Amino acid sequence: MTVTPLGIPRRLLEFTLDGQEVRVPEGSTVLDACRAAGKDVPTLCQGDTLRPKNACRVCVVEVEGSRTLVPACSRRAEPGMLVRTDTERARHSRKIVLELLASSVDLSTTERVAGWIKEYEAKPDRFGPDAARLGEEPRVDNDLYVRDYDKCILCYKCVDACGDQWQNTFAISVSGRGFDARIAVEQDAPLTDSACVYCGNCIEVCPTGALSFKSEFDMRAAGTWDETKQTETTTVCAYCGVGCNLTLHVQDNEIVKVTSPHDNPVTHGNLCIKGRFGYQHVQNRD
Amino acid sequence: MDLHFGDSKPTDDERAAVDALLGPPESSWEGADRSDADLRWARGGRAARDRRDLLLPGLHALSDRVGWISEGGLDYLCRRLTVPPAEAYGVATFYAMFSLRPRPATVLHVCTDLACTAAGAADLCAGVEAGLGPGVSVQRGPCLGLCERAPAALAVRAGDPVRTAVSAPATVREAVLAATAPDSAPEEPPAATAVPQAGDPGLVLLGRVGLVDPSSLDDYRAHGGYTALRRAFELGPAGVIREVTDSGLVGRGGAAFPTGRKWQATASQPDHPHYLVCNADESEPGTFKDRVLLEGDPYALVEAMTIAAYATGAHQGYVYLRGEYPRALRRLEHAIAQARARGFLGDDVLGQGHAFDIEIRRGAGAYICGEETALFNSIEGYRGEPRSKPPFPVEKGLFGKPTVENNVETLVNVLPILTMGAPAYAAIGTGKSTGPKLFCVSGSVDRPGVYELPFGATLGEVLELAGVRPGLRAVLLGGAAGGFVRPDELDIPLTFEGTREAGTTLGSGVVMAFDDSVPLPRLLLRIAEFFRDESCGQCVPCRVGTVRQEEALHRIVERTGAAAADDIALLREVGRALRDASICGLGQTAWNAVESAIDRLGAYA
Repeated sequence: MTVTPLGIPRRLLEFTLDGQEVRVPEGSTVLDACRAAGKDVPTLCQGDTLRPKNACRVCVVEVEGSRTLVPACSRRAEPGMLVRTDTERARHSRKIVLELLASSVDLSTTERVAGWIKEYEAKPDRFGPDAARLGEEPRVDNDLYVRDYDKCILCYKCVDACGDQWQNTFAISVSGRGFDARIAVEQDAPLTDSACVYCGNCIEVCPTGALSFKSEFDMRAAGTWDETKQTETTTVCAYCGVGCNLTLHVQDNEIVKVTSPHDNPVTHGNLCIKGRFGYQHVQNRD
Repeated sequence: MDLHFGDSKPTDDERAAVDALLGPPESSWEGADRSDADLRWARGGRAARDRRDLLLPGLHALSDRVGWISEGGLDYLCRRLTVPPAEAYGVATFYAMFSLRPRPATVLHVCTDLACTAAGAADLCAGVEAGLGPGVSVQRGPCLGLCERAPAALAVRAGDPVRTAVSAPATVREAVLAATAPDSAPEEPPAATAVPQAGDPGLVLLGRVGLVDPSSLDDYRAHGGYTALRRAFELGPAGVIREVTDSGLVGRGGAAFPTGRKWQATASQPDHPHYLVCNADESEPGTFKDRVLLEGDPYALVEAMTIAAYATGAHQGYVYLRGEYPRALRRLEHAIAQARARGFLGDDVLGQGHAFDIEIRRGAGAYICGEETALFNSIEGYRGEPRSKPPFPVEKGLFGKPTVENNVETLVNVLPILTMGAPAYAAIGTGKSTGPKLFCVSGSVDRPGVYELPFGATLGEVLELAGVRPGLRAVLLGGAAGGFVRPDELDIPLTFEGTREAGTTLGSGVVMAFDDSVPLPRLLLRIAEFFRDESCGQCVPCRVGTVRQEEALHRIVERTGAAAADDIALLREVGRALRDASICGLGQTAWNAVESAIDRLGAYA
């Protein structure tokens, strides 16, 4: 964050992480400590602007005295804890979680997951050709963004961002149960019949590309999406006086996507419909 | 909260059903017609939102009246409670007993779970489907908790009031009759028929079942009722907790946590109010003890809850009762009303200055809601998904407040602890598992039912008592989340430590006997289907792992030996991750029964 109120200094607590004594501020999670120590614990449902949901279970670690594995993203570090991140047991569960996801969900646009699948030697194919998949078609029901639930790992981040953690619009929820659970608006209606205000804050937090700008979705379909050719320019939104930072993603001199820096103290990554989608006037050239 | 609603309007029936629960709306902000006065103020904030916990009762009201939940009805309920429609949709679609699509007013739930399958549920389903017209929707479902009278069917006819009829043991003719004319279906046999030991003076927990009139508070008092509560008032809250701690009572729901410690931890929390929750969402396949207690001796639970509330400083108690128990619901409702009318519940219980009252909340067909934190979410009007622990319920439970949650059987044990005293109670059973225990015996036995035995009885003794039939092939202990044992392991002592030593589990006290009539792989497949259907879907290992487990068991249902070896290796790997990485007990135990069948019974060998 660029401006952070310092608050009361937090005490440090000490615990053992993979045999090493580490000191982290009180209130830190095990994941915070892992990252501070430079350990790469995979995460999918964890979001830097959201409270941990610990639904994906890919970040599990072993904590001495705990019967089951423990999600690093949500477990707070405690003094004297003995944590091991790279045991055979933890790696096994991570591998299976990756296999279960990759065999049921389209992870082609999920960042970093290909690397983890390789690292953990996950073989999603071993569940056979008849393994149930989500089998969802992309929902293109408005001009601004697309919901491609075939790519959804049900991390709850969009629901949390739309709900009481950020937007307070409550346009979406998880519906159904078990393997049939899906993100949906009421009555599973098109977005245009819902409470959605098109702030796009759900797209901002989606880790898999299940939610994407219509522009990105169309370009990917046409095979023209190329992040190596994109520049990112952070500027200030010109619509109102709040002063939100916008990051314009530009490819071939066209704005293709708008995000906001997650460490921006005004937005924390969130925008409104104008900042997120109201950029067409910038590129009207006549 | 700025809510968005579509144009759908509720029907008069739907409006009436919701208003009967919530009272008439006071303004257009709550769904009444708009008047000029409504334009000059806004209803919002906490006052508008703090009735969210009435969402599930509201969904029941709609479903009970019209048989399904329409968009207009759901929208109206949302307006009344200031709940976003998307969230209410997510909640309504979570429960198996609700339909968001039109369906006939009458639904016949036919149990296809283990005991009923072994008793011919497949033929029953086929028969009723052929015998019933399109006016009845037949739903195959998980255990209805009527295993002692398998196969079982439950008819629910929406209307005002909703009518129910249980048919068990069900023949095609009787089940069809129950569905077509629920009002004229024969009365269920009394609860005592599920207690083969009924009348035995040595019974501690089941002693009153069959002996007292379950509707009569006077009869209950004439048979020792409310002596425990009087003793509790003499002892004081700390004294009650000491007695319960000294008795060695541990939770009977399956997790075996020391009850006294739980009560002490809640009682000492500075945050208030404290809540008491009774978990009566008995959904473990093969379990029906709570139903028998509630149907046969409902005042016992009311008294026990009053004691627990007094000890832990709670003034509001909830009973979360599974939705498939209509008779238990009626009897408990009646008992609570009677107790309230006679001063055993209310602002000043027995003139002792302690205020306590009980509300019943009905489940709606979700096994996961028996998980303690999922149950809190369900009562609060959210999807019944487990929360991650810590924080534990004693610190942050229902509505984020310190909460004691106990199973029905656990609570009922408090009565003998107080009447006979902790030392006498602790003398029953073994050193580590004290007191009497209820066992739900079903399957291949002559006298299925709930049996009360002191801890320490062996599996063989329980089966002997129930009249096990020849040709015993396997016994399932603890239900779908438990494990199989072999017929040559009948000397396992049925205690928490004894079953643990034997590498199995006591769970909720299910003892289900199987002969050769249903092939083992079919039973395992049914268990896997159960977990797939009942997974809430929150965490990946359980949501997808239970599907992969079922798929693998499908592939090997007719295979053995080398032909099954690859899939068994796969099952072991997935099962290990289910056990290690799932959020809650459902996923963690979803592979137990299958694993035990492979390792102990030699399934697929």
